[in-house]
Amino acid sequence: MSDMDMEDDGAGVVKKFMFLNRKAPHGTVYALEGLEVVLITAAFDQDVSMVFTDDGVYQLLKGIDSKGIEVKDFSKTYRALEGYDIEKLYVDQASMDARGLTEDDLIVDVTVLYVSEMANLMDEQDVVISF
Amino acid sequence: MQFGILVNEGPYTHQASDSAYLFARTAIEKGHSVPRVFFYHDGVNNSTRLATPPQDDRNVSARWSKLAADHGVDLVVCVAAAQRRGINDDVLAPGFRISGLGQLVEMGIQYDRLVTFGD
Repeated sequence: MSDMDMEDDGAGVVKKFMFLNRKAPHGTVYALEGLEVVLITAAFDQDVSMVFTDDGVYQLLKGIDSKGIEVKDFSKTYRALEGYDIEKLYVDQASMDARGLTEDDLIVDVTVLYVSEMANLMDEQDVVISF
Repeated sequence: MQFGILVNEGPYTHQASDSAYLFARTAIEKGHSVPRVFFYHDGVNNSTRLATPPQDDRNVSARWSKLAADHGVDLVVCVAAAQRRGINDDVLAPGFRISGLGQLVEMGIQYDRLVTFGD
């Protein structure tokens, strides 16, 4: 069985999908399985944005090493997103500040937004999926 | 209005599946349609027919099955998430089927609203 069933997908319709990543990369499966949905959505040629907020900003942290907890390190996937034409990556300023992080701590180029700007961006979306 | 529903949590531990079910049933009662529900993360655990909750408790998977039988709701379980958690065709309750994440993306593309239930 394929992970991508392309039949009857409303061919030609492009909607704005926002994926809201709120959780730390490890500890729960949400970040890993959420990333799968993002990649499939891009494969359907949809307009994809990713937002990292709350502990979700840790998903983009440089130097993640998950060997000690014996789970897969999938952080390299974020660097490959460009290859899937996923280039709209946003992080929440307040979430970064609260954790003492700056853009230099992240493995990919992002746009940092204040919460009001984030709200406007969210308002423009057709579909918002939160992981 | 057409609603797609995404269930991200398993039964009993979490209320997400109950809330999703009540939302779906109520939406249908109010004249809306719920063509499909997609089960992801631990939500795939809602699809097993092997659960035998006590008689005085609700049967979460049976309730979904009945909704599918009564209203033709397509209950789709993510294959990758299911395989991680030991859910396969042998244990599926009636009305559920296993398919890919594309079925979730389609809901977002085709329906008026996609509503997520989970943490």
